[in-house]
Amino acid sequence: MRFVDEFREPELISKTAEEIRRLADTNCSYRMMEVCGGHTHAIYRFGLKDILPENIELIHGPGCPVCVLPMGRIDDGLAIAQQPDVIFAAFGDMMRVPGTHGSPLEHKARGMDVRIVYSPSDALKLARLNPDRHVMFFAIGFETTAPSTALTMIRARAEGIRNFSVFCNHVTIIPAIRAILDSPDMRLHAFIGPGHVSTVIGCRPYEWIALNERKPIVVSGFEPLDMLQSVVMLLRQLKAGEAKVENQYKRVVPWEGNRAALKAMGEVFQLRPYFEWRGLGFISQSALRVNDKYAAWDAEQRFAVPGIRVTDPKAAQCGEVLKGVLKPHQCKLFGRECTPEHPIGALMVSSEGSCAAYHNYEHRKAAMVSLAPIA
Amino acid sequence: MCLAIPGQIVEISSGNSDSALVDVVGVRRTIDLGLLQDDRPSPGDWVLIHVGFAMSKISEQDAAEQMSTLRMLGEIDGAMQEVQGYGLDDVDETKPRLSPKAGSA
Ligand code: SF4
Repeated sequence: MRFVDEFREPELISKTAEEIRRLADTNCSYRMMEVCGGHTHAIYRFGLKDILPENIELIHGPGCPVCVLPMGRIDDGLAIAQQPDVIFAAFGDMMRVPGTHGSPLEHKARGMDVRIVYSPSDALKLARLNPDRHVMFFAIGFETTAPSTALTMIRARAEGIRNFSVFCNHVTIIPAIRAILDSPDMRLHAFIGPGHVSTVIGCRPYEWIALNERKPIVVSGFEPLDMLQSVVMLLRQLKAGEAKVENQYKRVVPWEGNRAALKAMGEVFQLRPYFEWRGLGFISQSALRVNDKYAAWDAEQRFAVPGIRVTDPKAAQCGEVLKGVLKPHQCKLFGRECTPEHPIGALMVSSEGSCAAYHNYEHRKAAMVSLAPIA
Repeated sequence: MCLAIPGQIVEISSGNSDSALVDVVGVRRTIDLGLLQDDRPSPGDWVLIHVGFAMSKISEQDAAEQMSTLRMLGEIDGAMQEVQGYGLDDVDETKPRLSPKAGSA
């Protein structure tokens, strides 16, 4: 338990860890999936694996939006930005994600007008500032960011700003969980539910996981104590043979979600019949597109989008890692061809990607152990 | 980004009730309140911010805890750079590593 002293309330952490040990039946093994990339990052950063008993395995889920985006979508976005007078605007963590012919940042080095924005509303501002150019916002994220994109488009329409469009790559979490549960090589006992997605969608959308799939799910905060308490709640349910949706992160997540955010999404987006996810393949109704009312602000309707499917480099095993079938270090390229400095897959780019998280923390830890003097 | 940034509402814009000045550990920036229509914050209230939009109202203690989580996760620099970047004034495109995350689950 090497990190415990650094935490707030170290005593409570130790107590919770003890309780986990008491609840976890040594004859059983528990596979729990944390759906959210932020949780994956926290698990590695806090060394939670060292705190949990060995028979509890945390499986990293598909909740890193940069990671699950297939390379073809990046290529499509960059193809739009090749057209004259287009500015490519995106969040910073898109910038280093490899496309077939390089990342957005590499395209910038070759002369493309690529801008980092910190908010979709700043992309709209860029359009106001550049009336003779077209600003295309490369939108990405789960339900945490989709409402912000939607409200920005509502504002663009209300103001009649015509030189702005959104290349929509927003995805939804529930169908991804369903796809994972349907996948034959996946044996999971419980879920740690995403924290901030749930501030938007609330807890109800998870009820089918408990009712139909008979798997417990606990929506969790991001602090070490939050996550350990969530594991306790899951173990208690498993022990009692229950399957319920519980909310550990009540201080932030309302059971009903954020109605205004859902309304903004409903105004602008509709479900795509299907969307390709890296590693998970095509999942029906798993992503959002811009509806016809907002067609004038939809990059896919305004520009010719090549829509070419590209497969990941052969040796890259991002798909297996995303599904939780392989651990990051089990990928043949991990730490050799693929590093945070030279990422081959997107999981190595974002701090929420399990390969980057594993590389940054586990690797370093291993190096520290091997440097330690032998007593 | 998955991990939200806590901020305190300083004032609501007089011309636009969807726009507010927030303070994030001393840095003041304008954010959008349009996604909190059902639960309008007032000056002094704390909110969680995602990509320039307030997403939920929280208590002062939760705000402090969220800050400490960001600190423990090594995400403070990224979060502060995100906040400073709101409004485009300080956008530095040469530093992609410290920019905001796109908002995971
Ligand atoms: S190490 Fe690189 S190539 Fe392998 S799974 Fe991770 S991101 Fe993909």
